[in-house]
Amino acid sequence: MDQKELRLLEDRCIQENPPACTATCPVHVDVRSFLAEMARGNIDGAYAVYRKTIPFAGIVGRVCDHPCQAACKRGEAGGTIAIAALERACVQLAAPKTAKVPALQKKDQCVAVAGGGLSGLVAAFDLAAKGYGVTVFEAEGRLGGRLWHLGEDVLPGQVILEETASLERLGVRLQLGTAVGRDVSLPELDFDAVYLGLGETVKGLESLELDDRGRVAIDPLTFATSFRGVFAGGSMLTGETVFSIIGSVSHGRRAAVSIDRYVQGASLTASRDREGPYVTRLFTSIQGVEPLPVVSPRNPEQGYTREEAVSEAQRCLQCQCLECVKACEYLASYRGYPKRYIREIYNNESMVKGQHTANGLINSCSLCGLCAEVCPNGLDMGEVCKTARGSMVQKGKMPPSVHDFALRDMEFSNGNKFALVKAEPGQHSCAHLFFPGCQLSGSSPEYVAKAYAYLREGLTGRVGLGLRCCGAPAEWAGRSDLFREGLYEIRHQWHELGQPRIITACSSCYAVFKQNLPGVDIVSLWEIYDQIGLPEGTLTHDGYRVAVHDACATRHESHIQASVRHVLERLGCRVEELAYGRGMTECCGFGGLMSFANPGLAAKVIDRRAGESGTDYVAYCAMCRDRLASRGKPALHILDLIYGRATESLALRPDPGYSQRHENRARLKARLLKEVWGEKVADPTGFENVKLEISGEIKTVMENRLILVEDVQKVIEYAERTGNKLVNQDRFLAYFKPVSVTYWVEYAPAEEGFRVYNAYSHRMEIAGEVQR
Amino acid sequence: MSDGGKSPAGEVWQCFKCRIPMAAGKVTITYLSSEFPVELLKCPQCGLVFVPQELAMGKMLEVEKALEDK
Repeated sequence: MDQKELRLLEDRCIQENPPACTATCPVHVDVRSFLAEMARGNIDGAYAVYRKTIPFAGIVGRVCDHPCQAACKRGEAGGTIAIAALERACVQLAAPKTAKVPALQKKDQCVAVAGGGLSGLVAAFDLAAKGYGVTVFEAEGRLGGRLWHLGEDVLPGQVILEETASLERLGVRLQLGTAVGRDVSLPELDFDAVYLGLGETVKGLESLELDDRGRVAIDPLTFATSFRGVFAGGSMLTGETVFSIIGSVSHGRRAAVSIDRYVQGASLTASRDREGPYVTRLFTSIQGVEPLPVVSPRNPEQGYTREEAVSEAQRCLQCQCLECVKACEYLASYRGYPKRYIREIYNNESMVKGQHTANGLINSCSLCGLCAEVCPNGLDMGEVCKTARGSMVQKGKMPPSVHDFALRDMEFSNGNKFALVKAEPGQHSCAHLFFPGCQLSGSSPEYVAKAYAYLREGLTGRVGLGLRCCGAPAEWAGRSDLFREGLYEIRHQWHELGQPRIITACSSCYAVFKQNLPGVDIVSLWEIYDQIGLPEGTLTHDGYRVAVHDACATRHESHIQASVRHVLERLGCRVEELAYGRGMTECCGFGGLMSFANPGLAAKVIDRRAGESGTDYVAYCAMCRDRLASRGKPALHILDLIYGRATESLALRPDPGYSQRHENRARLKARLLKEVWGEKVADPTGFENVKLEISGEIKTVMENRLILVEDVQKVIEYAERTGNKLVNQDRFLAYFKPVSVTYWVEYAPAEEGFRVYNAYSHRMEIAGEVQR
Repeated sequence: MSDGGKSPAGEVWQCFKCRIPMAAGKVTITYLSSEFPVELLKCPQCGLVFVPQELAMGKMLEVEKALEDK
């Protein structure tokens, strides 16, 4: 990821965009934080938030024309938040505080502000706060201009006097009773810059260019007039019929920015697109938000009491996007959101020395793509993580332990024990190639045999068999080398078999082939059952209610999802749809090798999925079924309903575990070779002949530690052959490192073979050979 | 004696071939181009090493993870 890609990706996550209220406010008051403090009853805290943006808060808080309010999302659920009334309550209830005078270094330059109305006061305040020497020229004998016309009940004169007194504390000089254009001409003002906030008048300003309405021409972006160093705003720009309090604040502030830039010789126009009101990109769902009516003050003239204000503020939705975080356990578990994660991933990738703290973040994603479905901008964190994994592998920075086991499992499936790609007996080519996938073969080998027989019987044209792994684990692990190698082999075998249509029984295989084998015709087994009917004699299930757990790999394959439902209906099932179903389905926690990188999170993912309905689930991916069952959720594979008997107990059968999967695959190959082709697999050799007794408890220990039966066999075979072992009474303890992991096994001779008492492993290597 | 992985209580592991008890000795363990000299029980004669489960799944695992993220 380079800087440009980083920015593009970051930009697609809108979580950090401001809520509509803030974006609509011409000076972008942090209304959300203001309301959060109010809702907590922290009135002084809310006042502090407000004053961070608003000068003369006591004035503006009482009389703001609140354009923010109309933009409030709460309007769609009960009524917009009474933001103006809450600001008023806040400035009335907060403990009185005088504005802090920032201890800034004074600048040498001086600015004249002509007109003591609100825009001029704000310009004077901001410029004085930046250290400029500021003089305000006001025609009247007091500051405030039109603020005095709003009425004593709305804005007491005392408040105007108190609030504007802060200018003098900032060192602003006042020339009251002095009108620019009357008492002093514009060219006479010997200042580095001038701000004009004089209302609609042009009297005495004839030296300035006027627009076609006869008003002083003002650039709406920079507030510059035709005269260098002279800026203007307020009613001079908008006309006096449109008096907006917050608009005046905004004009004064933006003109002060221009004056500062002008005096400092900086660009007047650079990066000013987010000044003034704009439309935010933040999306906030109000799905499921309970509509609540606006709190009415018991005494409307007095406004909100403290209690009323707090309950009204509590209606605030605290607008955020977080659509993906709400939908995904993984994204929620790192306590942030994609924009932050993308930055962390970028930093992780670009750092040279130190701990790569985002490795877990990158490797824990299931790559299921749900985030892209729910994101208003289609941002896919899976793609970001997948790319990052590839880059880690390339730089040699991928932690070896994360994917090692899964990749060795893939190696097993593509090795002698399982891999078998064959046309029907006596044939060299086939019209169809049944590709059941390694997980279905590892989990329910008997169904693979039955489905193969069904296809050979029911389809026109010969049906070959392809037992091997599609390569998905390599892709998920960022191992594009292994992935490409596997695909190359598969394509080659497909050519040799006469380019058959491939029939998959696993959604991951389907997705891998569809995305990576252009020109190959792919169909799912479920579509075949849908098209040519169920096997003869299939039992139906009399209204058995099942909820469909769609596979994430085929979230975009609506035809497969439809076929699955047709087949279930034909099986007599009543189909329940999950809220996160079809295109919005969730991963089972195996995708992306999440369960290897972050087993704790993967367990949470499947628990969340299992908890979405009390109905038994039906999956059409063997791994999904087994993972659901591993957490106690009654779940069936669709083939259980076609070929199984006693579905109640089948729904509860446990995950077979990694060792059993290997054995099942090997046995399936042996069985099909024998039954279909009349061939025999090679007899077991070496360690394969080591017979073991392993209790259920130790099997679980081994499973959790990712230690296979064959690993234990290798250790014992080595120890017995070499005598390199420890002894303690009748027990032996031996270690052996077949490839990258050193396995330790505690065992004792048993009646037939050996009984295993414990197994553990480490990846650190013990240097030095054992001396004979 | 349970299947939980505890060695028979009160006894010490001996090297099967050399028939002598294991004794503390220097062993070098390595991972991802890092080397660590450590003291482990080993056979004084043939050098066969004993890594207890607590070490393998405790400190060693911790160091492995730290090195992998470096």
